[in-house]
Parts: sequence; structure tokens; C-alpha cells
Amino acid sequence: MSLVHTFFNSQIMLASLPALLRGLINTLLLGFMSIGAGSVVGLLVSLVRLYAPKALRVLAIIYIDLFRAMPMLVVLILIYYALPFLGVRFSSWTSAVLAFSMVMSAYSAEVFRAGIEGVPAGQFEAAAALGLPFAKTLRLVVLPQAIKAIVPPMTGNCVSMIKDTSLASTVALPELLNEATNAQALNANPSPLIMAALVYVALLWPMVRLVSILERRTQSRRV
Amino acid sequence: MPQTASPPIIQIENLNKWFGKLHVLRNISLDVAQGERIVICGPSGSGKSTLIRCLNKLENHQQGRITVDGVRLDDTTRNVDQVRREVGMVFQHFNLFPHLTILQNLTLAPIWVRKLPRKQAEEEAMAYLERVKIAEQTHKYPAQLSGGQQQRVAIARSLCMNPKIMLFDEPTSSLDPEMIKEVLDVMVGLAQGGMTMLVVTHEMGFARQVADRVVFMDAGEITETAEPGDFFARPQTQRAKQFLSQILGH
Repeated sequence: MSLVHTFFNSQIMLASLPALLRGLINTLLLGFMSIGAGSVVGLLVSLVRLYAPKALRVLAIIYIDLFRAMPMLVVLILIYYALPFLGVRFSSWTSAVLAFSMVMSAYSAEVFRAGIEGVPAGQFEAAAALGLPFAKTLRLVVLPQAIKAIVPPMTGNCVSMIKDTSLASTVALPELLNEATNAQALNANPSPLIMAALVYVALLWPMVRLVSILERRTQSRRV
Repeated sequence: MPQTASPPIIQIENLNKWFGKLHVLRNISLDVAQGERIVICGPSGSGKSTLIRCLNKLENHQQGRITVDGVRLDDTTRNVDQVRREVGMVFQHFNLFPHLTILQNLTLAPIWVRKLPRKQAEEEAMAYLERVKIAEQTHKYPAQLSGGQQQRVAIARSLCMNPKIMLFDEPTSSLDPEMIKEVLDVMVGLAQGGMTMLVVTHEMGFARQVADRVVFMDAGEITETAEPGDFFARPQTQRAKQFLSQILGH
């Protein structure tokens, strides 16, 4: 049995293609939902972390540290397998989106915080001196300037998030890896897994390149 | 000339401020009449910038009272916002919004705080830009302007809010020498128009030309107050004499 026949079996690859594409759609759906929810919550958490009264700031710090310290897989498994013992039962979709969003929000919060803190204090002062309320200052003056520092690390976080959607295969969510694993079992041949790996690379390589370019551009501008 | 009949537009009573343990403003009391032009000078670390920054709550004070145009400057957002609408500030480092054009820099606050329609805000902005002689730069970004141009834009930006009082925190200290005059000319024009101004500066020529009073600060206290002529010719305190000899010496 040749290597090609085992790992690059075109017949099996073609046969499992529809299932893998279905899985890819779910991967992208799961990824974008988690990125969307995670970013929005992350922004709110970063604002609480920066500007809320002390007690809330402490809670925000605990939230951020907790979800950065726990592996995403552990969060997912706790929600899907442990919560039912408390009577709270979520579907695999809900569990996955919940787990991924919370972890994404913790990492995003730190990115937003760093970006906002990078905006010079004079910008806040000039806006305040003009009588601009703080919320408007953030929206019109600070966040537009913070964006430049936020985009490179956030793009990296998004790439990680889409890769980590593969963890949802452990809770039977039919995303790309799950479909590939099933096809592999069905055909007793690892070609579908190889194809799934290639799909991930094809999907994310451009974004990975983009992250490198953006990071280099930030460095050179700093010089 | 300042209107002495009406109550002072700024009243500072026994102002005390600490940065942690450091006593940076010691029992400051000062009344500013409407239309008065005051130059605040003194050695670095004397608290001059801190004092004017207390007037629009960019700095908090722990003791004493500040009243601006009849509004008590306390911790309530309403009062702070009200005062900030009446008081304009020009910073040493300009603090223009780099992501906005010159015109957008000027219209931001009038649109979002004074709630003006865009067209009206732009018309008023253009008028102020003409006044500071920078109308041809409206669609450029701050980074494309020189320091002197940026500072004139910053002055116009504050004026768009129609403040009653203008605070200047070392407005020319970051400028190359050849650009100082263009900014001072704008400030002289403003003073001659009757604006109440408090200017922290080392530019003694400006003080001589325009100030009604010179306030000399040292180590957090107002040690001497006098009309410019008297202050420069006959400084009363040793510290003021020392300061003037250093400033005017070169």
C-alpha cells in the first residue's frame, strides 16, 4: 500500500468532500460567532478593567486572568460535561460558543486595554477640556487611535480562534475536524484528515501572513 | 481693560492640592475679573500648570474652593461639564486629534457638545481658522502641519466652543523659536478682543505687552502679584528677582 494510497487517496477524499465542506461551514460559523461575541464582550470588559469603580475593576481582572489561565478545552468540557450536574444543560453549539467567546473575550480585553493605554494622555485631556463626555471621548477620539495598535494582535487572536474551533469536535459539534474524523473512521483511511489539515492551512495561511506583515509594520513605525 | 464692576469670573479660595504626600499648591487664593489677562510665571515645579489645570478639573483639589462663572467646581459631572464648556484650554503639546482633519478637529466638540448642525459648525470653524490665519489647511491632517500651525489650530479649536475663559499651559514652550511669534500674535489678538486669559508662560515680552497682572509662583505658592511694569522693574521678593535675572539674562 503506497503512501499516496493511504494518505492522499483521491477517491476517498472526493467522497468525503461534501461532509468536510459542511464541517467547514460550521467551523467558520462557530469561529465568527465566537470572534464577534468575544470581541464585543472583550471591549466591555477592557473598559470596566480600565475605568469602572475599584470593585468592578478587580472583578474584571479576575475574569481576564481566569480565562487566560484555563485551557479553552477545559472551559469547554466544564460547560458541556460538568454543568449538567448542576441542572444546566447546553447543546454542543451553545457550549462551544459560550466557552470560546469567554476565552476570546479575556484575550481581547487585554489587547483593547493595551491599545487604549497606548493613546497619549493628552488626547483624553484635550477632549475633556473641550467638554466632551467620556463615552464620546472614547468613541470619537480614543478608540479610532487605539485601533492601529489593536489590529495586529487581534488578527492573531482571530486566527487562533478559528483553529481552536477544532476543539468543538470533542463535544460532537459537526465542524471540520469532527467530519474528517468521522470520514476517517468510516473509510478506515486517514486521507480525509489530511484533507482537513490542508483546508485549515489554505484557509488560514493568508491570515497568518497578514498578521506577520501587520506586526512588522507596527515595529518599523515605532522605530 | 477688565470689567471691575461685575463679580470675578474666577474665584479661587484657599486652594490646596497634594500629589500623594507632595504639597503642590499651598493656600492659593486668586480672583480673576472678566476680561482680565493674567500671566502666571515662576520656576519649574512651582505649580503653575497644576493651578490652571485645576480650573477645568484636569486636576482635582483636596481643599479650597474654585468658582468659575458662578459655578462651583466640585465633583459633580454636571458642574464639571458646565465649566469645561466655558473654559478653553491650549496645551504645550497641542494635543490635536491626529486621525481627524483640521476642520474635523474644530467641529468635533461643537457638533457633539454644542449639538450644532454640521454645516453651521463648519462655517464657524472656517471663521476661526481665518482668524488664526490658517484657512488654507482645513483638509490637511495635523501631522502635515508645523508646530506653530498646529498650535494656532489648537487655539481655534478651543475658540469654536465660544469659551468665556481661555487657559494656556506653556503654549509656546514646544515650538521652534521662529514659530513662537505667530502663536503669540494670535494670543495678543485674542487678548485685545477682550477674552479672559490665564497664560502660563516664560514669554515675558508677551506679559509686558498684554497682561493686566503677573502672578509669580514659587514652590506651590503665589509669592508675588503685580502689574507687569511693576513686576519687571521692581520685583519684591528675592525668589522673583532671582527668577527674572535668569529669564531675562539671556
